[in-house]
Amino acid sequence: MLDGDPCSILENEFVKPGKGQAFNRVRMKNLNTGRVWERTFKSGESLEGADVMDKDMEYLYTDGEFWHFMEPDTFEQYQADAKAVGDNYKWLKEQDKCIVTLYNGSPLSITPPNHVELVITETDPGVKGDTAQGGTKPATLATGAVVKVPLFISEGETVRVDTRTGEYLGRASNK
Amino acid sequence: MRMGAAFPSMWQPLAPKAQLERRAAILRVIREFFLTRNVLEVDVPVLAEHSVTDLHLDAFSVSIQDETHYLQTSPEFYMKRLLAAGYGDAYYLGKAFRRDEKGRYHRPEFTMLEWYRCGWDDRQLVDEVVALCEALMPSLVVTRCSYGDLFECHAGLNPHVSETERLAERARDTLGVEWQTEPRNTWLDVLFTHLVEPALPQGLVVVCDYPASQAALARTVEANGHSVARRFECFLNGIELANGYWELTDAAEQRRRFDEDNTLRRELKRPEREPDPYLLAALDAGLPECAGVALGVDRLVMGVLGLTHIEGQLSF
Repeated sequence: MLDGDPCSILENEFVKPGKGQAFNRVRMKNLNTGRVWERTFKSGESLEGADVMDKDMEYLYTDGEFWHFMEPDTFEQYQADAKAVGDNYKWLKEQDKCIVTLYNGSPLSITPPNHVELVITETDPGVKGDTAQGGTKPATLATGAVVKVPLFISEGETVRVDTRTGEYLGRASNK
Repeated sequence: MRMGAAFPSMWQPLAPKAQLERRAAILRVIREFFLTRNVLEVDVPVLAEHSVTDLHLDAFSVSIQDETHYLQTSPEFYMKRLLAAGYGDAYYLGKAFRRDEKGRYHRPEFTMLEWYRCGWDDRQLVDEVVALCEALMPSLVVTRCSYGDLFECHAGLNPHVSETERLAERARDTLGVEWQTEPRNTWLDVLFTHLVEPALPQGLVVVCDYPASQAALARTVEANGHSVARRFECFLNGIELANGYWELTDAAEQRRRFDEDNTLRRELKRPEREPDPYLLAALDAGLPECAGVALGVDRLVMGVLGLTHIEGQLSF
């Protein structure tokens, strides 16, 4: 917590003159406003921990304004707004397990699974036999995400994607 | 299978073999440099019964048969005992340890080069530090300046005579820190590391005449109506590389500074450190006039090889 807002630490550089006081120059992101800024602390200074909690939840559906999640054990439901979901909307597939970060009981941010399997809804026709060459083409997935896939992949196929990098990992297994 | 792929490589060294070969070549140049100058290599203990009193240096404590010993933060006290015993010019090239120092330029276990020159002052020793660096980096650009000039130029205040509250205001205004009462040296340190260091030119920068409050084991002299410490530091490409003194030989003054450190330690609720009685006895017996400097070898290698992280030239 800094200045009343929950923050996540992006970078923490240790600064210390050989004989002098140690400092930590910290780059932080305000989770409420998204603003990124730098602050210097004396090493060992402590800040109030933000009362945030990560919970595994199942993604249910979106009504266009909110994205709805459910805790599988208690069936308790939470709605996350666009600010909390951000760009991650494009990796949300119904019934996938996500991590929802709660702050004061409501969703502050969400983390989709590292790998998701999604159906291709639009891409140029597949090129048969061209499995060895490294060419790629853009493909639009059911959620609206656009990823680069190999030329031999066609519409209607399900592919596996890394949500952290947006990279194509392969054809989905058992489909 | 994909997930486990990172694990099999975890046993491997940090740096490629070619970098370790370059590092070894640099160590050879250092030893050759001192051999031709008649400075004796000495290997002093890393584990000892006493440690430094410095407020901001923390030694690892190790229990040996229920007695506390410390991994040395530098070979200084042993080397000064050799000097007091009349052993003459000497250097140490080996490990030193400092707790809680870890980052891009810090490792709690690191390699230190420390040497002493009898009959020299800090100015003469600076010339030798520069000569060593030039032996490793022939086209090195060297800049010399004083702490006071640098500080005035980049922080806008005179570090020797400005009131502590003025330093505090400047830190709060320019760096957004919110601390209230801090020791003068904390304000000097935060302004120097945040405003001066980032503005230092590339190459080797020698900074001399530190504020008297940061004298540590250097003697102080009067200059321009205030006292300054005959202490210097060298920065290589903006990173602190070496710290040297025209050594304090006055045993009574040294006792006073050790006690002052412990008073500050008490105030800040840090563990007190018993001043090393062997060092004090050696000073009583008489430390010859000398200058000494400690240099971070890992950072020197970083500079010579153009690395941005200290790990780039370490085996593990």
